Amino acid sequence: MPPGFSAADFYYILPELVLAGGALLVLVVDVLTSRQQRPLLGWVTIGVLLATTLTLLPFSDVDVLASRGLLAIDGFAFFFKLVFLLTALVTVLMSSSYLEVEGLRAGEYYFLILCATLGMMFMASGIDLVTIFIGLETMAVAFYILTGFLKPNRKSNEAAVKYFLLGAFSLGILLYGMSMLYGLSGTTNLRELAAVLATGESSALLIVAVVLVVSGIGFKIAAVPFHMWAPDVYEGAPTPVTAFLSVGSKAASFAMLLRIFMEGLPFLAEVWQPMFWVLAVVTMTFGNLAALTQSNIKRMLAYSSIAHAGYILIGVVANSSRGVTALMIYLMLYVFMQLGAFAVVVMLRRRDVVGDELKDLSGLYFRYPVAACAMLFFMLSLGGIPPTAGFMGKFWLFSAAIESGYIWLAVIGVINSAISLYYYVRVVVFMWLREETLGSPIVASPAMALALTVALVGAVIFGVYPGPLFELAEASAQSLGGVITGVGVSSF
Amino acid sequence: MSNVAEFPLLSLILFTPLAGAIVLLFVNHQSTDKIRWIANIVAGIGFLVSLPLWFWYEPRGTQWQFVERLSWIPSIGADYFLGVDGFSALLVLLATMMGSIAILSSWTAITERVKEYYVFLLLLQTGMIGAFVALDALLFFLFWEVMLVPMYFLIGIWGSDRRLYSAIKFFLYTLVGSVVMLLGLLAIYFEHHAITGIYSFDITRFHGLDLPVDLQWWVFLALFLGFAVKVPMFPFHTWLPDAHTDAPTAGSVILAAVLLKMGTYGFIRFSLPILPEATATFVPMVVTLSIIGIIYGALVALAQRDWKRLVAYSSVSHMGLVMLGMFALTPVGITGSIVQQLNHGISTGALFLIVGIVYERRHTREIAEYGGLSKVMPVYAVIFLIMTLSSIGLPTLNGFIGEILILQGVFVVNKMWAAVAATGIVLGAAYMLWLYQRTMFGTIENPKNKSLPDLNAREVATFVPLIVLAFWIGLYPAPFLNRLESSVTYVMSHVNSTYAPQNVEAAVEMQVRGQ
Repeated sequence: MPPGFSAADFYYILPELVLAGGALLVLVVDVLTSRQQRPLLGWVTIGVLLATTLTLLPFSDVDVLASRGLLAIDGFAFFFKLVFLLTALVTVLMSSSYLEVEGLRAGEYYFLILCATLGMMFMASGIDLVTIFIGLETMAVAFYILTGFLKPNRKSNEAAVKYFLLGAFSLGILLYGMSMLYGLSGTTNLRELAAVLATGESSALLIVAVVLVVSGIGFKIAAVPFHMWAPDVYEGAPTPVTAFLSVGSKAASFAMLLRIFMEGLPFLAEVWQPMFWVLAVVTMTFGNLAALTQSNIKRMLAYSSIAHAGYILIGVVANSSRGVTALMIYLMLYVFMQLGAFAVVVMLRRRDVVGDELKDLSGLYFRYPVAACAMLFFMLSLGGIPPTAGFMGKFWLFSAAIESGYIWLAVIGVINSAISLYYYVRVVVFMWLREETLGSPIVASPAMALALTVALVGAVIFGVYPGPLFELAEASAQSLGGVITGVGVSSF
Repeated sequence: MSNVAEFPLLSLILFTPLAGAIVLLFVNHQSTDKIRWIANIVAGIGFLVSLPLWFWYEPRGTQWQFVERLSWIPSIGADYFLGVDGFSALLVLLATMMGSIAILSSWTAITERVKEYYVFLLLLQTGMIGAFVALDALLFFLFWEVMLVPMYFLIGIWGSDRRLYSAIKFFLYTLVGSVVMLLGLLAIYFEHHAITGIYSFDITRFHGLDLPVDLQWWVFLALFLGFAVKVPMFPFHTWLPDAHTDAPTAGSVILAAVLLKMGTYGFIRFSLPILPEATATFVPMVVTLSIIGIIYGALVALAQRDWKRLVAYSSVSHMGLVMLGMFALTPVGITGSIVQQLNHGISTGALFLIVGIVYERRHTREIAEYGGLSKVMPVYAVIFLIMTLSSIGLPTLNGFIGEILILQGVFVVNKMWAAVAATGIVLGAAYMLWLYQRTMFGTIENPKNKSLPDLNAREVATFVPLIVLAFWIGLYPAPFLNRLESSVTYVMSHVNSTYAPQNVEAAVEMQVRGQ
């Protein structure tokens, strides 16, 4: 065993080990099974994800640094890992029928999904720039491949190349910023970095480093003006991948963002708070305005997802325990509503219908009232109308902004969510008020039905009775930044 | 606590329509008669279970009655906290009554997507009742927003002409207003925490709060936007004529009778008692807008050629009067304002039903298409006459009581305001009587009107409770005024700290005896 490591270190990363082992298992099962037994792979993947979740549960109250201070196993990481696993689970559930229709190889697909999840989990736990970056790379590479998974489809290929080039470029910028932080402090550990840099004076170089890191992360969360890749990639990628990308990758990037800025650079809050303020306002406004004119659902959801990144940034700007809590709650609720919406879009994909244009939803209510009602709920939830989960999420974000004195940010936020209702309601208009279109019948496989049920139950229950989730998120948010220094979030 | 209900009456009233909606979801959409029966029965039960609010409410009892309180989201201090005072009890009764009338009136008018129609109406019902009985600001907001979606669908699917445009306009206007209102409520919430150290959305706690004056200003404006759009006050009223005109009859009835009261309810429940200093500061602004609304609404109503649009603009005018009475900030003015809210619900609700009846027969709302209807539809003409007179405030009918109380309440504050308000009432008489003359009197010139059937028993049944109430409030308003006393005293004592409670009884009673 390497010096400084102990058996306990392996215990703390047990969920990650299970997940990595499970990913390999999927590859083995893929080789051993015949083409007809493909659906089995999906259930194996789900088994792996459930097993990972089970091994994760004991860590809800743990708050330690593991692996020589590279990983923080704390409530914050726990909460985000739950978000990732849930996202992966619902994505896998909605994937099987899609893979069949598109004729894709399931083995590699599920393997890559699990790899991406693994990367995300390290991003949430990472308390060292190196660990975080490795996690990010693991996730990003998996996503590059997944985006181009529709090999004969030109849009998918274009999306993959675009995502790869821009992604590599932005990771370079992020890495450059990180290297400057290392150069200035002599450490990559975020808490040590905070301790070293907080004592010195803030130099121009430090500001440049912050700007570079903000830009790199801005790309990952698709904040305007680093969002250029998002609509094309979201449209071109296989729909379940788009869903996974827009929720999982975003959540992981926000976890990384919080770790870096609240653990590593809390003393520079005066510098990065205004940056994120501007990013939040520009991102949500641009995202919503651009979404207004889209006729392709995937593109619309892409712009809506950009707008949501803007809302979520409010939680960062607030820079308070309430802000972090709000951000975490929102991401958890976002899993249900965004994945639910995508699940409906995936379901529309049939042999003779691509199903990602708004008009493909026409008259959905007449033939599939349950799916249309579910979609109605997801749209209202994304728009933040009570009694859906989305309202509770927005409620937290806006109250965090008000508590920290960012009244205007809250005002811009609520006006934006009113604007967004216009295009969410338009989807509803198509489903309920337009003549139905032809096409072969929609069949919801059991897995798809399960995915929709999970998403719908989440969007409904947390809209009406969100208490337990709020308590979990509040408790989890407390652990951010408080392990070594004993500095609670409250002292920000 | 003695005022805590042993039996969860308010929850029962609140969830009866919701339960009905859920039951309807499981009925086959082709058995339309069965759906209609279920919806009507549910609405009827909904009204019956709300009647104890009238009989068991104790006018001299505690301020909040039938209170229920359960922990809802403990981490942010939000409770499932219900309770009513005399004011909200009457509004709940209005909502359950108008709800069942609206559902009864739709029997033959709605032939497509019958199931969804009733589901949305019942959901709307739960939203409205919830907003009136919630004593927790977050719960209030939740129910407030719940109303939006069903109403959007009611206009968008079963409306006429430009229904999609009107529906989205209604939706976005109200939404923008209410999200800004939410920020105002959040500001109160945090200031409450700053002052008391407790996170709570309890509205009754908010009432005692001494907020800093500059904060009150901002919060008042934020809440004002939310409530003024809903009332609607000039210049936020432009969604109303469109929404009313294009909504199906039942939608218009609910919209006029109950939804508009959300705004005035909000002012009396939130703005006045929580933000007394700001209220006093903004009196000139609100009064000016109200007066413009009264006159403008009346003048535009005079110019309408569309029957339904005329009634819609009359709402703008009447609600201006309600706001004027309220912002006189005198006990008599506020009492009048509340009574007039009920009256407006009864008369305007009835007027929309009246338009709906001929629209269902002729599918046009052009006033010029009608004329001489009293010859073929005598019963209809009588009912229309009663409601016209009720709307213009003829003594012995309900409108008179509300208007005279408002005028008196305003008069003692500013004679000029009262004079303008009186002018508005005169204009109201003009457009209503002119409408009546153009549609009911004269000879039948349009051959299509010659064979119009008069009201059937079901249609008469929708008007009976409204006519009874119109005369009841007009002849013997004491039971209503009794129930409002404690609410008015409560608001007055918060809005004016030097206010001596005994004045209200004396003043109101004097007024009642006087007329």
